[in-house]
Amino acid sequence: MADLAIRPQDMQQELNPPLVTGGLSYRDITEKVSGICESKTPRSWYIAIGVTGSLTAVLGLMLAYLVANGIGVWGNNSPVGWAWDITNFVFWIGIGHAGTLISAILFLFRQRWRTSINRAAEAMTLFAVACAGIFPLFHVGRPWRAYWLFPVPNTDLNMWQNFRSPLLWDVFAVSTYATVSALFWYVGLLPDLATLRDRARSKLRQWVFGFLSLGWRGSARHWKHYEAAYLILAGLSTPLVLSVHTIVSFDFAVSVIPGWHTTIFPPYFVAGAIFSGFAMVITLMVIARQVLRLENLITLKHLDNMCKIILATGSIVGYSYAVEFFTAFFSGNPYERFTFLNRATGPYAWAVWTMFTCNVFAPQLFWFKKIRTSVPAMFAISIVVNIGMWFERFVIIVTSLHRDYLPASWGYFRPTVVDVLTFTGSIGLFLTLFLLFARFLPIIAVSEVKSVLHAQNAGH
Amino acid sequence: MPEAVSHKVQGMLGDFPTPEALLDAIHALRAKGYSRLDALTPFPVHGMEEALGENPSRLGYIVAAAGLAGAAAALLLQWWTGAVAYPLVIGGKPPFAFEFSIPITFELTVLFSAFAAVLGLLVLNGLPELYHPVMNASRFAGATDDRFLLVVDAADPAFHLEHTAELLRALGSEHTEVFEG
Amino acid sequence: MKTGKRYWRSLGELSDTPQFREWLHREFPENASEWTNHASRRTMLRLMAASFGLAGLAACRRPTEHIFPLAKGVEDYVPGNPLFYSTAFALGSAAFGLHVETHDGRPTKIEGNPNHPASLGAASAFAQASILSLYDPDRTRSVRQGRRRSSWEAFGEFAKDYFRDDGDGLRFLSGEVISPSLEAVQQHALQRFPRARWIEYEPVSQDQAIAGAELAFGRAVRSHYQLEKADVVLALDCDFLGLDAPSLAYTRAFASRRKVSAPKSEMNRLYAVECNYSLTGAAADHRLQMRASKMALFLAALAAELKLAPEMPARAQLSDAELRWLQAVAKDLAAHRGRSLILAGPRQPAVAHAWAHALNELLGNFGTTVRFTAAEGKRQVEQIRELADEMAAGRVKTLVILGGNPAYDAPADLDFSSRLTKVRTVIRLGLEEDETSALAHWLLPEAHYLESWGDVRAWDGAVTIQQPMVAPLFGGRTAAEVAAMISGYPYQRAYDIVRNRWGGAEAAWRKALHDGLIATEQVEEVKPKTRLDRILATPLPPSVDGIEIVFQPDASVWDGRFANNGWLQEAPDPITKLTWDNAALLAPSTARTLGVKSGDMLLIESAGRQIRIPAMILPGHAAGSITLPLGYGRTKCGRVGRGVGFNVYPLRTSNAMGFAAASSVRKIPGSHRFSLTQEHHSMEGRPIVLETTMEELRKDPRAVEKKTGRHELFSLYKEPTYDQGNQWGMAIDLSACTGCNACLLACQAENNIPIVGKAQVARGREMHWIRLDRYFEGSDEEPSIVFQPMACQQCENAPCENVCPVAATSHSPEGLNDMAYNRCIGTRYCANNCPYKVRRFNFLDWHKDLDALQKNQYNPDVTVRMRGVMEKCNYCVQRIQEAKIKAKAESRRALRDGEILTACQQTCPAEAIVFGNLNDPNSKVSKLKKQARNYQVLAELNVKPRTSYLAKVRNPNPELA
Repeated sequence: MADLAIRPQDMQQELNPPLVTGGLSYRDITEKVSGICESKTPRSWYIAIGVTGSLTAVLGLMLAYLVANGIGVWGNNSPVGWAWDITNFVFWIGIGHAGTLISAILFLFRQRWRTSINRAAEAMTLFAVACAGIFPLFHVGRPWRAYWLFPVPNTDLNMWQNFRSPLLWDVFAVSTYATVSALFWYVGLLPDLATLRDRARSKLRQWVFGFLSLGWRGSARHWKHYEAAYLILAGLSTPLVLSVHTIVSFDFAVSVIPGWHTTIFPPYFVAGAIFSGFAMVITLMVIARQVLRLENLITLKHLDNMCKIILATGSIVGYSYAVEFFTAFFSGNPYERFTFLNRATGPYAWAVWTMFTCNVFAPQLFWFKKIRTSVPAMFAISIVVNIGMWFERFVIIVTSLHRDYLPASWGYFRPTVVDVLTFTGSIGLFLTLFLLFARFLPIIAVSEVKSVLHAQNAGH
Repeated sequence: MPEAVSHKVQGMLGDFPTPEALLDAIHALRAKGYSRLDALTPFPVHGMEEALGENPSRLGYIVAAAGLAGAAAALLLQWWTGAVAYPLVIGGKPPFAFEFSIPITFELTVLFSAFAAVLGLLVLNGLPELYHPVMNASRFAGATDDRFLLVVDAADPAFHLEHTAELLRALGSEHTEVFEG
Repeated sequence: MKTGKRYWRSLGELSDTPQFREWLHREFPENASEWTNHASRRTMLRLMAASFGLAGLAACRRPTEHIFPLAKGVEDYVPGNPLFYSTAFALGSAAFGLHVETHDGRPTKIEGNPNHPASLGAASAFAQASILSLYDPDRTRSVRQGRRRSSWEAFGEFAKDYFRDDGDGLRFLSGEVISPSLEAVQQHALQRFPRARWIEYEPVSQDQAIAGAELAFGRAVRSHYQLEKADVVLALDCDFLGLDAPSLAYTRAFASRRKVSAPKSEMNRLYAVECNYSLTGAAADHRLQMRASKMALFLAALAAELKLAPEMPARAQLSDAELRWLQAVAKDLAAHRGRSLILAGPRQPAVAHAWAHALNELLGNFGTTVRFTAAEGKRQVEQIRELADEMAAGRVKTLVILGGNPAYDAPADLDFSSRLTKVRTVIRLGLEEDETSALAHWLLPEAHYLESWGDVRAWDGAVTIQQPMVAPLFGGRTAAEVAAMISGYPYQRAYDIVRNRWGGAEAAWRKALHDGLIATEQVEEVKPKTRLDRILATPLPPSVDGIEIVFQPDASVWDGRFANNGWLQEAPDPITKLTWDNAALLAPSTARTLGVKSGDMLLIESAGRQIRIPAMILPGHAAGSITLPLGYGRTKCGRVGRGVGFNVYPLRTSNAMGFAAASSVRKIPGSHRFSLTQEHHSMEGRPIVLETTMEELRKDPRAVEKKTGRHELFSLYKEPTYDQGNQWGMAIDLSACTGCNACLLACQAENNIPIVGKAQVARGREMHWIRLDRYFEGSDEEPSIVFQPMACQQCENAPCENVCPVAATSHSPEGLNDMAYNRCIGTRYCANNCPYKVRRFNFLDWHKDLDALQKNQYNPDVTVRMRGVMEKCNYCVQRIQEAKIKAKAESRRALRDGEILTACQQTCPAEAIVFGNLNDPNSKVSKLKKQARNYQVLAELNVKPRTSYLAKVRNPNPELA
């Protein structure tokens, strides 16, 4: 059974280069990580959150404007009923996949290197899902009725939901994912919250962390059930994380629209999600590592591994694109064929080729170890990948809708300022939440790293 | 709060530098007939359960039960609302079918299980338990940092203020203290 | 009228405030953008004032005279139940009988009167939309003397002592007088004022046809075509299915020869020679593009071909292709003596009409496919030219303008508006404050035809009494009343004027009102003889070298009179699909030579005048020719129409009302953004509109089926069966559909469909539940056109239903794809998943800034959808329910076939749309669906649409294949 307490022999193959460098002791790790959220807040943090905070305010304004006037303030039209709204939703949900993947799947595969990054990655997941949640909620014409999406008996009509609708599956999938990720994250936090409690100088911190840590003592019994719970949650999250993007892809796969109606979507979407998720983790971790001086805990080996995963998933994504085109032409379905021809050569070709460049070609650079271990390079590529994955969703949604069956109904989508500002605002919200997290909570799983260190020392 | 409760000896605490030393000490004490021992460690130590003679966690069963409940709830919800409470002809499809009820059934299964796992963890550990006597020990904080503490409950039949203390020192405890509460 | 008076005064005060004027003078596009903003406080006040006033008025809406409902059984009005009244709608020289639906004294919907020969139960797009003009908040709201507010009483006083003399320098100017009662007043006035004259002018007139008749027969006649009897029809620049004739009856007759039920059935053949692409051209089996200026020559050549005229140089000027075409047509015509027909359009010069007459006579069509009735030889253009000259010479002291808008639409060379300033007293009766009103000394509000008594004579002489559904909203009066007032006619009130014109027993009168027809009026039929010598002696119009410009009425605003009608402005042009605009239409080749693309600005000069107008490339338009639709670029007009489009009247001179030579056409900097409802014009080879030919059909009755391809259709589920009760379905005969917008506007009126404005149409947010998909086929230079009315197909396996998370759209037991508006949360997933893209979403609150007055038009049986919900066609479910309730009241179980007519079906002049119960094997729709031409669009998706189409059949001449 996988477990948190590690037998030295587990570690042998992973030990060079070591995951914890600089000859740190348990105490050093505690100091290093807890120190971050105990030290005086640096000015740079205030500046950063000032910027992201105001972006978040913009998001708020845009949503208010939207609710006051209607979807018409966006560029959506007929035939393009979904555009940036759902694009952003899928984009953020995708980002949200890396965290759970790292904390759950890598855990089950005993990838010990995850320990330095899983806390931050999980946090990122939560924040991404929060951003994602905004869009389906506000993309509806009457947001004040959005609660009808949940299975509550509706008072004025006594109606129920239509459980055949993929959109409803989505509601369940996303809300479940958000909840479970939050639980998983909190359980992981418990021991570290206790650490903060015991280190707390001020009464306030004592109280806050006292409550949050629920009186965790790290007793043998605690750890026994803790390990069981952690294992189970990991076991649950693994299929969950796969199911979420599968179901998101059903929104399209279950429809009758050429370019949407295809069976390859579930694996294709999941791979894409992991792809974009890891890209975002790198983007954030590289910054955190630099700013918070965590080079000894987030080593090049960690980054290298993540780059490898990006390379792998990126290749899967590229393969999926190819297969899509192949099936379109192999199917002999004229509508399907046209849709893909139209993608490559139609009015949105520019978006399609941006997508290809960013998602298929850029990550191939990771074949070179030089690039996998060059922090600036991987940072740049991770950004490029994020852009590319946003475009992937845009391409799937908009190019399929704007020209479907009857040429007479074809149209073209142009975003409005509100579209742009809303998306920018959601990025602001995401970063704000992450800054708050990095300021007030241990961004590295202290107890887990200690157990890695223990095994590492034992191994020597 | 310590002041609030009557001051009586709750147990004794030994402080060890490494998990290994802690494990040895536990083995030794159990050999001497101590039965009510506990260990406080900053991270889970492999072999601790065996050393303390703990039986494996029952959490799995709770979760399994919850998962089944979740699946049942999901199926009931979709069947009852679709086929009984408000049947509608939608897209020429039957009012209820397994095909389209699978995704939500899966999601609710996971949701229920996850809640069960976390609540189970708390209940089985008696958490939240914001106050525990051992927290009065001067060295308690080490347990969440870099120390490995052995706790002997005062209620242990073999417990004796002097003997136990000596024994712990002999086993390599770098600091031994009695905690009250 | 106390409350009423207070209302208008308060509104008048309001309208005098600078804010209000500013609001009034804003460009419409801004106004459209206003739809996206919050209602300004100003607007709010305006709405409140208006609604308050209407509340006050509601009490005194009913006219005092007795008008007669089409009451079946119930004599009295039952609150909540609609009443129908017969009346008639006049447009130029034509009139159409109507039934108007009124709810609680508010006219809400217009239908054609089945008893009326000119409408036969159908109503044109113009007629359908005319109800909106009744509630136009920009109508003239009070009598004004100069800028001062005045009253009818004051005007009466003024008139009494002003009109004393024998009418020296007194001129009346009105539109074409087709009202017998107005004629009576007219005659009285001309007797009372011996030296006065009465001028009739319509920008779009039958002048050339009359001139042609005089040339051919030596007397003016009116032609009546019997298209149902014609096997071979040649239309020369004559859009008889559209804008160039009273098209409703013609469409019905023509369509009756296009619906081939069996391969054996006989089908007529239509040849169209035209410049612009018209509905007639689209319906034609063979279409020849030709510059308007060349067509007279073509007819002469045809005459020569048929040995009617001696060989003439004319032929030499025809290309080989044209000649081949001409010979084939000649042969075909000759082969159908007495069963053929040649029509020349109103833009063509007299000689062309004369040749058409001569040929029809030669072909023995007189008395069979064409009949004639007597007509007066008045030429409107000459009349107004004389008037203008008199004005210039200062001989006109008083000009009484009854309706019309000469300051805007009079021939440019007459320089009418500046000469108008030379007239001492200009008295103007007008519906709205337009270019002419601005120059009047007395401005009198005109009564809308739905709020006044009157009578009109249709093209064929049938007379209908116009009944008021409501008392005049703005205290308006009719032309007859004003003329009576001025000339001291024994009867002053419209009712008395009309009633006494017809006299007769009360019972007969009541019957006339009820039926919508006064049988008495007989028009003498004439049997003229053509005088070939005179025709031969008349020279053909000189050929235009360089580019010619052709003027034609616009499908949305006609001659400009409907410019302030939002429904019509937003109704896409049937051919170009252009909304809220007009454009210089030209052929791709012409565009190449001019180096322009659609949207580029053109500077067109002719006869020393020039206009700027954007070009629009129209495949199939004749090369070297530019079509300029009239009626746009209004400078003084209501909020809706002001500044929309480009005014082309400045190029239209009194001696070239049809077409003229452009002295120069060139591209100038700048471009214009069109709002099109359809941006892609090719079918991409998809089996969407299926087309076949008579020949093919005779060879293989299953030809159509083969075109769709075989599909193995199966479902994973056991599908519900729909074999109980009524199962609604629709069949649309593409062979009959001419693509006129009547159904679109009928649907708009029936279902409270909002307009969204130019900016939103450009964004692709128009709300029409039924759209007319128009596809070009073939080459850019010589394409053919097919139309397909596309509304919700009511799929049995509806993809939209599956994806709605809240089950807001689901299936009714009668097979309707229902929308529960109040359940819809607006995810738009259903619209995305609709293969036909017929669902419409309320992206914004389209009703927010609507004037309270316009809301009176709303159909109370149909929900007004709020912002954020999806909507779509539902086969007029309100009409279905109404019929069921009626049947129940009459304790009938089954509904009769044809008892329920959807709005689009009821108004369709071609009877192309048939709705009914699929469960009844004898229903019309079931029978149609059994035909071999029947097919479903996108059947391969197995969505099982309830609406199916009957493939379009053309009947080409093998010789031209």
